[in-house]
Amino acid sequence: MAKTDFDIPQLEEYTETPALEVGTMAHSKPFVAKVQFQEPLGYPGELPEDWQKQAIDAMGDLLGKYRSLQVYLDSCVKCGACTDKCHYYLGTKDPKNMPVGRQDLLRKVYRRYFTFAGKYFPALVGAKDLTKDVLDDWYSYFHQCSQCRRCSVFCPYGIDTAEISMAAREIMARIGVGQKYCNEIIGKVFKIGNNLGLPEAALADTLEGLEEDVEDETGVAVKYPLDQKGADILLVTPSADFFAEPHVDGLIGYGKVFHEAGVSWTLSSKASEAANFGMFIGSYENMRRISMRIREAALELGVKRIIFGECGHAWRVAYSFLNTLAGPFDFLDPKYPVPQHILEFTWEEIQKGTLNIDKSANDDMVLTYHDSCNVARASRMGTEPGGQFMIPRNVIKAVCNNFVDMAPETIHENTFCCGGGGGLLTDDLMELRVKGAKPRMEALSHVIEEHGVTNMAAMCAICKSQFTKVLPYYGMSMDMIVSVHQLVSNAIVLTGQHTDEDQVSTGDEQVAA
Amino acid sequence: MSFLTITFAVLFYSATILLIVGLARRIRMYVKTPAPLKIPTTPAPTTSGGVVLRMFREVVFFESLFKATKWTWLFGWVFHMALFAVLFRHLRYFQEPVWEPVIWVSPLFKYLAFAMIIGLLGLWARRIFVDRVRYISAPSDHLMLALLLGIGVSGAMTTFVAHTDVVAVKSFFRHLMMFDFSTMPNLPEDPFMVAHLALVAALMIIFPISKLLHAPGVFFSPTRNQVDNPREQRHIAGWARKLEQ
Ligand code: HEM
Ligand code: HEM
Ligand code: SF4
Ligand code: SF4
Repeated sequence: MAKTDFDIPQLEEYTETPALEVGTMAHSKPFVAKVQFQEPLGYPGELPEDWQKQAIDAMGDLLGKYRSLQVYLDSCVKCGACTDKCHYYLGTKDPKNMPVGRQDLLRKVYRRYFTFAGKYFPALVGAKDLTKDVLDDWYSYFHQCSQCRRCSVFCPYGIDTAEISMAAREIMARIGVGQKYCNEIIGKVFKIGNNLGLPEAALADTLEGLEEDVEDETGVAVKYPLDQKGADILLVTPSADFFAEPHVDGLIGYGKVFHEAGVSWTLSSKASEAANFGMFIGSYENMRRISMRIREAALELGVKRIIFGECGHAWRVAYSFLNTLAGPFDFLDPKYPVPQHILEFTWEEIQKGTLNIDKSANDDMVLTYHDSCNVARASRMGTEPGGQFMIPRNVIKAVCNNFVDMAPETIHENTFCCGGGGGLLTDDLMELRVKGAKPRMEALSHVIEEHGVTNMAAMCAICKSQFTKVLPYYGMSMDMIVSVHQLVSNAIVLTGQHTDEDQVSTGDEQVAA
Repeated sequence: MSFLTITFAVLFYSATILLIVGLARRIRMYVKTPAPLKIPTTPAPTTSGGVVLRMFREVVFFESLFKATKWTWLFGWVFHMALFAVLFRHLRYFQEPVWEPVIWVSPLFKYLAFAMIIGLLGLWARRIFVDRVRYISAPSDHLMLALLLGIGVSGAMTTFVAHTDVVAVKSFFRHLMMFDFSTMPNLPEDPFMVAHLALVAALMIIFPISKLLHAPGVFFSPTRNQVDNPREQRHIAGWARKLEQ
């Protein structure tokens, strides 16, 4: 197990609500972005002298632009319904990690400067001046929210702390206090095209390598095309899919599904990233700029449809925002929704019977499935509400014999965050990530003990990376995590694939890699 | 007219104006502030009819709160439903002639004062004894409960213990509503009634500048009132459209 300078929480049989302990996470904060990571995004590099005024002005600006912010700051009745719903509170006991505790950091300043009661009776309503201490608290605790929206499910007014965190991060970025991890990555997307900074040549290389691997293994020439003009489908996928385990096994799976479905498809070097960290920092402008690459790539390549690979927040931006940010997509084939999720595509092919599936290829595993927050609570798949829960499970069950769900209060819209979403997947927040994973780890250990679960499937690049990193802290194996399309890939028998017994074991090799 | 009567006449006119103007301005602001992105908490309805149903379940049954915590739901729901019933019964102090259904329910609904009080006490107990809820409470959160309890208890006292001249109270308010000051009767000087009315005026004044804005706010919450159809229909705010030029 990794060495740590913090205590790793003890897993309980069921997640209990802890008594609060003030300030346990006050020290946690990510690195601040230096000038060179701020400026490409249109933000100043350091705190100006009149930062209070600028911050209040920024707050006023956002209040006028976002109804959510205005209504949520006004409406909270402090009923406490959300207080035990955040995985970061459950894992850290810090009351400022209760959703309402987090909101109040911004709300007390809002009240002080924007409401009658706060201006004239600050002590009565808990209004506070914006001081350096308050700003420090903002920086710390608004970077302890993974914007998972679990709180918004339970709040009687649907108050979504993610909206508050996004606004707070935007206000801070505007006064020169941006977060390094997110802003550096967005800079890379603008400059190179993806979060990992993989240039076109490296991408082409990787994809060629994949083609060789798949052909060696199966004897079938499955293509992984890049920048192919005139292809029908543009696949936009998180750049983690290009190289890291278990992500890349998912990408192999998408290619196999497309191959068997007989459609023409391509990746784009310009839009070689599905992730959109503009959402995490609450910046409409940056989120829009990142989204526009996808529109441009679709136009340049002349595709008819856009399909997204496995990524949680990317699917939120794609499903819920893409039409707004980069639409209208009237130049694409109107027969298909824009965009589609790869799981929608695969599930349809499975139903049509185009895929030849050998479920026994996954018999070495007993699977459970982690609903990613942004897919579960901020988007949909298919035509029915809740399709985002059923379609991934349907696909998993169609390619695996052994599947069990975790406890109902930890799946579907009640799902617990992996602990690393919302722009927090950085090593400088390791303590937070480990502690925030506690509720999910508890639900997982429960099904391991009760049902002999061996692996957990996920369909989000951040979840996969986070679990890979965090599982060992809790004494579990990092390669328990598999991509949903990795399971599909294992089970697909390609047309013309050589059928000797060895091939059945490819599942093991990939999982163990 | 007595000093008390004049004071309360002025007080209620002012409180009514502050309540109506304050709420109207706030609601206008909510209406005018755009929601630039589609953010319904999913699974969400895919039609407007579905959204109306979702909102109905939130407002009438407090659906989300029920999922979250049963005790808060129980006390909160009992308090609100009793409150609405009590207010419905109060129509008889303002209407002439009184609407039939109000007359039918009056004898029964007066007991709901106790439900309202029990609900408020339960909520207050939670606020005091649950460490998480205590932590998030400002003095105003306690005072708000005290105020409503004060209204409930003073009202119940006049209904069940120290009866007041309801006919005179009603006549006073009818005259206020008609702006008829010539034949306006004096308000009865019963302490419970006077306290009741003073606290009610205070409630009206703070309504638009306090967390009581949750009552209009719930209808404007984008996570609850948006239709889940972003792929079918392009949703764009005015200020965001300007970025496209
Ligand atoms: C559309 C109408 C309304 C809805 C849907 C609504 C809903 C709610 C809900 C769900 C809560 C949280 C649970 C609880 O603590 O009870 C709440 C709290 C509260 N409501 Fe309302 N409410 C409405 C109107 C009102 C009105 C008209 C008043 C007062 C005159 C009021 C006073 C309060 C107070 C004081 C609280 C906080 C209780 C506490 O301190 O725990 N509400 N409301
Ligand atoms: C201008 C507004 C109001 C007037 C003129 C008024 C008047 C009265 C009167 C005359 C009674 C006594 C009835 C009797 O003796 O039979 C009463 C009772 C009561 N009032 Fe009010 N009231 C007002 C507003 C409110 C409000 C806003 C609330 C709640 C928040 C409230 C809660 C109660 C309760 C719980 C009772 C006892 C139960 C009942 O008789 O229904 N009142 N009120
Ligand atoms: S959005 Fe998620 S991480 Fe943020 S406060 Fe709510 S529950 Fe916690
Ligand atoms: S559940 Fe909603 S209204 Fe209740 S305390 Fe939390 S944010 Fe405030």
